[in-house]
Amino acid sequence: MHLRFWPVFLRNFLVWQKLAIPSLIGNIAEPLMWLVAFGYGLGSLVGEVQLGEEKVRYLVFLASGSICMSAMNAATFEALYSAFSRMHVQKTWDGIMNAPVKLDDVLLAEMLWAGFKSLFTVTAILFVMLALGIGQSPKLLVAWPILLGMGLTFSCMALIFNALAKGYDFFTYYFTLVLTPMTFLSGVFFPRDQLPPWIHMISQWLPLTQAVELIRPLFLDRWPEHAFVHVVVLMIYGVSSWMIALHLTRKRFGR
Amino acid sequence: MRDAYLVCESLNKSFGPTQVVNHVSFQIAPGECLGVIGPNGAGKTTTIRMCLGLTQPDSGNISAFGWKMPVDELKIKSQLGVVSQFDTLDPDFTCAENLMVYGRYFGHSIKDIAKRIPKLLEFAALSNKANAKPGELSGGMKRRLSLARALINDPKLLLLDEPTTGLDPQARHLMWERLQQLLQQGKSILLTTHFMDEAERLCHRLLVLDHGKTIAQGTPRDLIEEYLEPDVVEVFGTNAISLATSDLKNLAQRVETSGETVFFYTHRAQPLLQALGVYQQIRTLHRPANLEDLFLKLTGRQIREEA
Repeated sequence: MHLRFWPVFLRNFLVWQKLAIPSLIGNIAEPLMWLVAFGYGLGSLVGEVQLGEEKVRYLVFLASGSICMSAMNAATFEALYSAFSRMHVQKTWDGIMNAPVKLDDVLLAEMLWAGFKSLFTVTAILFVMLALGIGQSPKLLVAWPILLGMGLTFSCMALIFNALAKGYDFFTYYFTLVLTPMTFLSGVFFPRDQLPPWIHMISQWLPLTQAVELIRPLFLDRWPEHAFVHVVVLMIYGVSSWMIALHLTRKRFGR
Repeated sequence: MRDAYLVCESLNKSFGPTQVVNHVSFQIAPGECLGVIGPNGAGKTTTIRMCLGLTQPDSGNISAFGWKMPVDELKIKSQLGVVSQFDTLDPDFTCAENLMVYGRYFGHSIKDIAKRIPKLLEFAALSNKANAKPGELSGGMKRRLSLARALINDPKLLLLDEPTTGLDPQARHLMWERLQQLLQQGKSILLTTHFMDEAERLCHRLLVLDHGKTIAQGTPRDLIEEYLEPDVVEVFGTNAISLATSDLKNLAQRVETSGETVFFYTHRAQPLLQALGVYQQIRTLHRPANLEDLFLKLTGRQIREEA
């Protein structure tokens, strides 16, 4: 692997640096509002959630799921809307490819960048959760690389749709038809046990489910069960999405 | 020809059933400016894209600086400067930052790039705009910033795709002056343009493309001499168009009409001008034949709708 992607990654970083504070506020405000409204509001009605043998405060249940949702959304937004702006609207990619940088390098930089940006967002949210006393386990340190891997996986998936898009409108489908249902089926807001058996079956193979199953126990100061399987499934999603995204992007620029 | 910087041999490219580049060959020598002219859809941009490795030719060879495409694509690109048809400047960065960020794509160190930036901004007449963003620049300034950006790696050969389209005459003249300077420094330029005065002024040699084929090549003067009569008399005004079919046509070697104007191409303009003197309602313009006449002769006067 060559380091030609690095100046492209750096370019995105430098632009972001100029807008980091307002963009960060935008990125963490929404998940925190969910947490306040549902965690404290709904949480006082629900009280505790049965999770296997254990009863868990709803606020902690929701926080551990919603941080995964935030990682997914942050990476997806960056790899869809922002990458599309650079690729199609501003023609930034075309400019870069007139220099000795290949399309594959540009795509790799975009993929890593969306993963990094997602990690930055969830780190900020994680700090707020720590400050609120929602999670305090030292095991949460392990959540960090998991959330990075998850951000990278979802950025690979989003880049497939980036490669296919003719305009921004197309991304609405991805959000409303793919990500939103996945959020409801992956145990972010309620335990998956509530789902009808056949949906439960499907839901256990969704990429977001893997992340939630890995992250939630860490909030509860436990190690996740079947961690290896979840990591492998996430990686399969990530690697296969990357290969499809690369193929489709090359095709898009093939003329 | 000395060892050419760029050699293209018999390039072919089809998109679907349309052959957009058809056996095109050319070379560019050090210090030479080659103009590629042709109507919209003639294959100019596709030819440039093939030279950059962005489009793969169906057949044919491209080599530059002794390296071959596509295996040495990155080595070749490290010696090229490109100004594409549409600006791809980074709107979020200042002029100076645009140059810095672009320089890094070539793997140059921040220190080396920083040293070049003031000189390049001065060259682009943008020294007082170093901290302005592209959105605050005029069209001419943006094009000059694009040119400065293309020079960040001190390239041997510049590929310029319609560098002055959309500019006002002042901005265009400043661009021409800068391109002349670069040629004097020994850089080579491949230029596509729709402006025949630009091609005549800057280019040592021209390649005329139409429907993907080379239909003529040579120096601007030689081409005009080869294909055209030296004098043109344009006639317009009431009923001027009927003169095209009158006996006057015997005083010219060739007659063309466009709208309400008649063009007489002739080796001897005087007899024709005298004969035209009797017509009260018309006006005439007598001028030497130029590249525009050549271009229209070779590619026709009809509008290219497919563009």
